[in-house]
Amino acid sequence: MTAVLELAQVSRHFGTLRAVSDVTLQVRAGSRHAVIGPNGAGKSTLFALVAGSLRATGGRVLFEGADVTTVPEPRRARAGIAKTFQHSSLFLSATLLENVLLAMQQRAGRSRRLLRPATAHADLVERAHVRLADVGLGDRPLATAGTLSHGERRQLEVAVALATDPRLLLLDEPAAGMSAAETAALTDLVRSLPPSVTVMLIEHDLDVVFELADTVTVLHLGEHLMTGTPEAVRASSEVQTAYLGAADTTELFPGARP
Amino acid sequence: MSAPVVRRTGLVALVLALAAAPFLVDEYAIQTMSRILVFGLLAMSVNLLTGVTGLPTLGQSAYFGVGAYTAAIVSTSVTDVGIAQLLLAGALTAAVALPTGWVAVRARGVAFLMITLAIGEIAYSAAVRWKDVTRGTDGYSGIPAVVPLPGMPSLQLDGLVYYWVLAVFLVLFVLVRLLVASPFGLALRGIRDNEARMRAIGYPTTGYALAGYCVAGALAGMAGSLYVSVQRFVSPGDAGFEIAALALLAVIIGGVGSMWGACVGAAVVIVTRDYLGGYVAGRAPLLLGILFVAAVYLLPRGIAGVRARWPARERAEARA
Repeated sequence: MTAVLELAQVSRHFGTLRAVSDVTLQVRAGSRHAVIGPNGAGKSTLFALVAGSLRATGGRVLFEGADVTTVPEPRRARAGIAKTFQHSSLFLSATLLENVLLAMQQRAGRSRRLLRPATAHADLVERAHVRLADVGLGDRPLATAGTLSHGERRQLEVAVALATDPRLLLLDEPAAGMSAAETAALTDLVRSLPPSVTVMLIEHDLDVVFELADTVTVLHLGEHLMTGTPEAVRASSEVQTAYLGAADTTELFPGARP
Repeated sequence: MSAPVVRRTGLVALVLALAAAPFLVDEYAIQTMSRILVFGLLAMSVNLLTGVTGLPTLGQSAYFGVGAYTAAIVSTSVTDVGIAQLLLAGALTAAVALPTGWVAVRARGVAFLMITLAIGEIAYSAAVRWKDVTRGTDGYSGIPAVVPLPGMPSLQLDGLVYYWVLAVFLVLFVLVRLLVASPFGLALRGIRDNEARMRAIGYPTTGYALAGYCVAGALAGMAGSLYVSVQRFVSPGDAGFEIAALALLAVIIGGVGSMWGACVGAAVVIVTRDYLGGYVAGRAPLLLGILFVAAVYLLPRGIAGVRARWPARERAEARA
């Protein structure tokens, strides 16, 4: 029961807005850990604090026991944290193959090589083809990423993140806008990942969440509401209130009287 | 014929035509062709930043000037061997690009453009004021004819200098093409497309941009060194804003991101300025302005973009 990721009272404030406030959380090695909550709960901000694209304004982030709170994003990525983006964030003028190769050559320590073409590194290219096939994009590796449909971009997004060989994979709404068939394929892919890869997942599609996750954390208004098994979360009245609209709005409007 | 065969045949024909030129055209035309090749290298340097890495620059004239003055000083007081001038100019320019680039690559977009513009203006002022080194606005003259490699005779004829320039140009052109296709080049293109994602997959992007900046600087410096071999004269104007603006214009006309497009753009700019300008009583800047407007409206992706659009299907088939 070692924790891959530990958040200790992590906060991120934008001025007076507390996007993430005093969140304490442990993510077990090998777990499939979902983070859910209504819009504006701070889920994506929390992921940004873990991946390093945002710095925490308070608290500590520990990855595999090491304090990475102030470590810049590229170094966290090299240490083994990969993240997919809520809005697909790809290299649109490059081919699908090059998108995946960019991540692979960095992991392989070859991104400073100068003379041989990137696409002539046969071993990496071969693995890149496998990665693309894994996410269902194996049929046209030389297409330009900009020509992909929304669903296909989501798939490539996952392929690029996986190509860094992460030990902690953060998936930010991977199934958003996917068709039912694409969502099923994605679920299968995540389930097929080895236990050496810990997965954290933000997802609004609760079917996907309850199918994949062994642990669920609920955030509400930037605060940690509860963490537990899917069954426990489903049964919680607190969570239902957060999702289905609060009878009590004092949390939203602290100054107002009910 | 398949597309690759057509391409290879065209390439061979072009190199043969370039090699035969001194036998076919007059001396002024040959000097102009040398200038085009030199300017093509400078345009490639601008393109490496603007087109490949996505950092629009108006400062490459500074590094062109550093290379030119280095070659001028080396040739008058150290050695007239061209390859030594070329390598020294490249090395010194890269060394100058390191601290100046360190400042510039912290910015992106228009801010980067403004910082590079300032670097160019500083270089121009230095060329004017630092008279002990540059001889100020009088310019640096009395540069001996270039000896390409140790043991060779000095090249007195413009046609022979042209061959030296052509040889260096071809070598550098191939090296730049290799660089752009290499893993490092792919990383630079990644920064252009999506820097945030590059950081997320582990690239310290500022360091990569700085390395690209130094390579582009060295390339501009070597172009400057060749320029001195052709002109045997250098003055502050050669490190000035006009050179930087024309190089950027060549890249835009040629097609941002394409290296051969940048060279064709350089040819169009130099021919317009040095030949066509003469027919309209020295109104070359006006012609260049019209050319720029026409290029932006008619060829939004430059000359290289026309080719990219037309046989796109054939090339896709050839690759598949």
